[in-house]
Amino acid sequence: MKQHGTKNAGARNRRKFLADTARTACGVGLTGLALAHLATAAKSRPVAALRPPGAGAENAFLSACIRCGLCVNDCPYPTLGLARIEDDVAVGTPYFVARDVPCEMCDDIPCVAACPTGALDKGLTNIDNARMGLAVLTDEETCLNFQGLRCDVCYRVCPVMGKAITLEYQPNTRTGKHASFIPTVHSEACTGCGKCEHACVLEDAAIKVLPSHIAKGKLGKHYRLGWKEKEKKGEALVKGITDLPDRMPDSAAEAKP
Amino acid sequence: MSTKRYPGRDAIKTKGWFAAHRWLLLRRLSQFGFLALFMIGPMSGYYLVKGSIASSLTLDTLPLTDPYILLQTLAAGNVPEMTALIGALIVVAVYLVVGGRVYCAWVCPINIITDAAHWLRVRLDIHGGLKFTKAARYWVLGMTLVVAFLTGVVAWELVNPVTMIYRGLIFGLGWAWGAALALFLFDLLISERGWCGHLCPVGAFYGTLGKAAVFRVSAIHRDDCDDCMDCYAVCPEQQVLPPALKGARSGTGPVIDAGACTNCGRCIDVCALDIFQFGSRFAGPTATTSRSATDHDLKKAA
Amino acid sequence: MKMNRRDFVKTNAAAATAVAAGMTLPATLKEAKAADDGIRWDKGACRFCGTGCGVLVGTKDGRVVATQGDPDAPVNKGLNCIKGYFLSKIMYGKDRLTKPLLRGAGGKFDKSSNEFSEISWDQAFDIMAEKFKAAIDPQDPKGATKVGMFGSGQWTVWEGYAASKLMKAGLRSNNIDPNARHCMASAVGAFMRGFGIDEPMGCYDDLEHADAFVLWGANMAEMHPILWSRLTNTRLTKKGSEVHVLSTFEHRCFELADNGMIFTPQTDLAILNYIANYIIETKAYDKDFLDKHVNITKTVTDIGYGLRPNHPLEKKKTGKGGKLTKIAFADYAKAVSKYTLDYASEISGVPKDKLLKLAKLYADPKKKVTSYWTMGFNQHTRGVWVNGLMYNVHLLMGKISEPGNSPFSLTGQPSACGTAREVGTFAHRLPADLVVKNAKHRAAAEKIWKIPPGVIPPKPGYHAVLQNRMLKDGKLNAYWVMCNNNMQAAANMNEEGLPGYRNPKNFIVVSDPYFTVTAQASDLVLPTSMWMEKEGAYGNAERRTQFWRQQVKGPGESKSDLWQLVEFSKRFTLAEVWAKDVIAKSGYAADKSLYEVLFKNGQVDKFPADPVKDAAGNVYDNDESADFGFYLQKGIFEEYRRFQFEGPKKGHEMAEFDAYHNARGLRWPVIDGKETLWRFREGYDPHVPKGAGVQFYGKPDGKANIIFAPYEPAAESPDKEYDLWLSTGRVLEHWHSGSMTRRVPELYRAFPNAKIYMHPDDAKTRGLKRGQEVKVQTRRGEVLTRVETRGRNKPLMGLIFMPWFDASQLVNKLTLDATDPLSKETDFKKCACRVVNA
Repeated sequence: MKQHGTKNAGARNRRKFLADTARTACGVGLTGLALAHLATAAKSRPVAALRPPGAGAENAFLSACIRCGLCVNDCPYPTLGLARIEDDVAVGTPYFVARDVPCEMCDDIPCVAACPTGALDKGLTNIDNARMGLAVLTDEETCLNFQGLRCDVCYRVCPVMGKAITLEYQPNTRTGKHASFIPTVHSEACTGCGKCEHACVLEDAAIKVLPSHIAKGKLGKHYRLGWKEKEKKGEALVKGITDLPDRMPDSAAEAKP
Repeated sequence: MSTKRYPGRDAIKTKGWFAAHRWLLLRRLSQFGFLALFMIGPMSGYYLVKGSIASSLTLDTLPLTDPYILLQTLAAGNVPEMTALIGALIVVAVYLVVGGRVYCAWVCPINIITDAAHWLRVRLDIHGGLKFTKAARYWVLGMTLVVAFLTGVVAWELVNPVTMIYRGLIFGLGWAWGAALALFLFDLLISERGWCGHLCPVGAFYGTLGKAAVFRVSAIHRDDCDDCMDCYAVCPEQQVLPPALKGARSGTGPVIDAGACTNCGRCIDVCALDIFQFGSRFAGPTATTSRSATDHDLKKAA
Repeated sequence: MKMNRRDFVKTNAAAATAVAAGMTLPATLKEAKAADDGIRWDKGACRFCGTGCGVLVGTKDGRVVATQGDPDAPVNKGLNCIKGYFLSKIMYGKDRLTKPLLRGAGGKFDKSSNEFSEISWDQAFDIMAEKFKAAIDPQDPKGATKVGMFGSGQWTVWEGYAASKLMKAGLRSNNIDPNARHCMASAVGAFMRGFGIDEPMGCYDDLEHADAFVLWGANMAEMHPILWSRLTNTRLTKKGSEVHVLSTFEHRCFELADNGMIFTPQTDLAILNYIANYIIETKAYDKDFLDKHVNITKTVTDIGYGLRPNHPLEKKKTGKGGKLTKIAFADYAKAVSKYTLDYASEISGVPKDKLLKLAKLYADPKKKVTSYWTMGFNQHTRGVWVNGLMYNVHLLMGKISEPGNSPFSLTGQPSACGTAREVGTFAHRLPADLVVKNAKHRAAAEKIWKIPPGVIPPKPGYHAVLQNRMLKDGKLNAYWVMCNNNMQAAANMNEEGLPGYRNPKNFIVVSDPYFTVTAQASDLVLPTSMWMEKEGAYGNAERRTQFWRQQVKGPGESKSDLWQLVEFSKRFTLAEVWAKDVIAKSGYAADKSLYEVLFKNGQVDKFPADPVKDAAGNVYDNDESADFGFYLQKGIFEEYRRFQFEGPKKGHEMAEFDAYHNARGLRWPVIDGKETLWRFREGYDPHVPKGAGVQFYGKPDGKANIIFAPYEPAAESPDKEYDLWLSTGRVLEHWHSGSMTRRVPELYRAFPNAKIYMHPDDAKTRGLKRGQEVKVQTRRGEVLTRVETRGRNKPLMGLIFMPWFDASQLVNKLTLDATDPLSKETDFKKCACRVVNA
């Protein structure tokens, strides 16, 4: 601040300074509110936009990503791009749309290696552990395999084939002699790479990769699936329980396998 | 604020056009050069430098990270990886030497846009408009960090035109040219030197960083000043000039040591009397030299 | 539009709801209804594999706009695989050929030019006739060996028949062979050697009747998707049923397998002998069946690898041909006794318990076993042998020719059976199982064809592989490639394929709907109408003959293969193709055209060109009838039927032409208005007399042959320099060379480019990453591709698999043209390669 002039001038200056400061504070404050609103809105990413492997929850990702594009440079496929203003995804952040170009699941995960900030978690060293989203067969009514046809393109393009997507066999009761091969996604193995959605031959894909929090349900903490618990433990959870034999006529007992 | 419309005419007369635009040309070369370094990779497939201005990797070894953006991620609650920290420290170290706002004058592409807006504003004789205090950008800087802290999002980068345009040029512009146009129109019609000179928090950050920078402009021959006001007319941060240029009376040294100075060198360019020079903050803190009157007169006459 | 009651209720309910909600029906619903209006539906057969799924074809405004699986077709019951789903798109690739194209600028032929120019059909046939005539010297008995034709298992029945007749009876050349040579020839050879008559004894109903299935070199999950879903259903629903899968790499069938076995290439020969040995040692064989219905024989061994005679491997061989010698059962037992469990396991790399489980299955008299095989057996330098060893196992147990007990050779092409095999498009065959070598057969054919004796050359012509070699050597000079993509399909392209096509002495004509790799290598390209653009007939793997009517017109000036063949015959007079003495014997005037002798001969032109109608009264085009003025397809088919009823061999009888337009395919022999499901067994097969039980009537004594053949190594095995096996094959998404399926955007997207499937450790030791670009190299060439270490095919270390559909990655630059010396079929499954960083 300059110091010259009379006392009055000083007071005038002081008043002007206060007024300017108040004006600036208001302006900046309002801008801040708008920005905060924008930032909050940015957290709700469109379902079709998927993050690169190693990106955690959207909140954590948006706090860490500095939009530098190093991951995009190192992606050997035309998969990753940075969001542009018009893209409806937090501006500058990397994402891909599976239906356009899916993630090819490189063994060495170059995008993660390139990330300087940890927005893509360096702890991800095996691409099979990536969770970019979760494939969901969203439309059984148009999925060709559900109708009994032999498409199973989604299954065959799956890089974790046989684990992330399995074909569950079901007799086709309509034809009476064919089996249907029902594509079934398993969340414990699906990386969300989007190859299935990309390859789906329908005009609109019947299988889509969705953000995990949208795709997944959650079992109440108050209940356990008995057979799974038993399988996990490898034995009955409650031991020492006996069963008395059923009384049966001899003939019936023999017939029993 | 200057009313003189075309500063630097005398300098062109005495030194010739190129000498009177020497630093401007070098700056443009530098600005485009940095951009080119980033763009060569995606365009040719051969990467000297990967990434963008926010964070980059040169020759697969040298990491550089924008410390301001990193600071935002810190505020947003992220603990960054070492790569980013090291990269930011290197950048901080560099700007501590060359001057924080060297970023604005020598690297940032927005500078070209706002300089252009100012150039046209002068030529179209546009006056008035919104005025911001010089403190506004520090408020904005603070606000960006507060919003990052409150939302957990690196929020400023959602709208930051500096990185947006840089990114756009490397990874696909999209509607980002709209942001460039908006800035241009803002500076042209709404507020003189409004963005770079008053609001941009990036400049505020680097200005703060540059308070202690070594590399400086010095009004080393200030005694010869003939008050032509050309330097005021071109300086984007006029408030930095008087202490150095006119500080002889109050005992202030000739080195411009305000953080706001962008080391753009335009004052050196436009001064027909070569009063300004680049130098070090430590090179003769108060010493000023005056050349002989003959020298001076000769130069003026030429 | 007809609407059933349920649809009506549904539509009205929707309308009522819409009104209640105060809105009109969404436009999409209306559009959907409009799109369905005015579509004419007619039955047809799928264009792709040998399964022969029935489809309904929807036509509107002269365009096939939709297809559906025929819900009443017995094979597929309305289902399709993903290729079948896209049938309506295969005719509408953007680059359909619509005009003849001649190599050279401005319609002037220039062999050395790299450009093609459009010409008219007249000009095309002018230059073609000129080149063919230049290659034929009618007075030289060997004269006609300089012209040749390469045909297809995708030809319709009449196209194959017309081609065979034009070549053998018209141009007097036996140099006609179909691409089925690459695909089915070994199966054919084994049928003829074992049973004296071609094609499987069983049918698809075995899929429901069998208790167990064994897959030998057949990846049905991908290559016969609809049959696989039937097999899977049986496995699911029939208690105690089991599936055994053998392959040289793990593929999608292993998923269902109760017993999956990966064996070292070529050791299937040893495994099959081990099973025979096990059956004999445990005395599980059906002695009564053997005594009554089987002769035991052995074949000549060490017969080489069908390479050029100067190849070191050919000089080393000590045996030749396929002569069978009768041996005693004890000799047979002794011969197979070498193939112990230990030996078989050691040589094949399959664990003993798995082999034993497999042997026990075959040896269990209570288990009905159906064995399936395709290219793993057929594309094999011992293809006929290995097919035969399979029959040995079934014959030992008498597990044959009855529901559920079936050795079943699957086919890869829609009409490999119906056309390529049945109408005699092979270099050694004539229609209905007759062969050119047999004077009686020739005489029968000449009689039916109304041509003088001696017209059909007695010597078999050049087979597929030999044709390429002869083109290269300049001994085959005028060559017509029709309905196939042999430049991409034939092995050793660099050394044996391309040189012949580009040999300045030769003139190569290619008929195709698209500008394939083969067309690009040719001199004249003829634009061809395909599939529903012509009336057609296919015969699938279970002897089912299916017809369809012409639904739409071909684009531009494109013409069907049938039209091209018959029209081209007009360009020749007898004097230009037959020797003077032959013409004299014929009683025909020397200036009579081949068209008049072969087609407008009072027999083929017997049926008038009346409008073709269906039961609903819809009228269909028949461009050939319109052009030639008679019902050409019917004429040909009815002449062909004369071979079945008047020829020297019984068992191929078909129903009258019109019956097929009214049926969803019929399985021959069709006698007394009934189809035949299982051949050679009393009650099922009308040719087996009462009380005989079983009769293999293809052989004079009614007995089938067990043919002992030993294990012999592959032509080329990995060594230090080339350390990996290279196996080639198909994927579900693409059919053959991809000329149709790669033009369907969705199928292209589903599997855009070929890649090599490799064991992750093999990739690691070579410093290769998944997705990385690599070169696959053999002694014959190299191909740029990418590495895949995940996904559908999982080879063990030491083998890579690469599909051949991709025109941008021609894997047949790598393969070796080693063939089965008996069937002349190439072994596309085995050669040595290495993989290096690109």
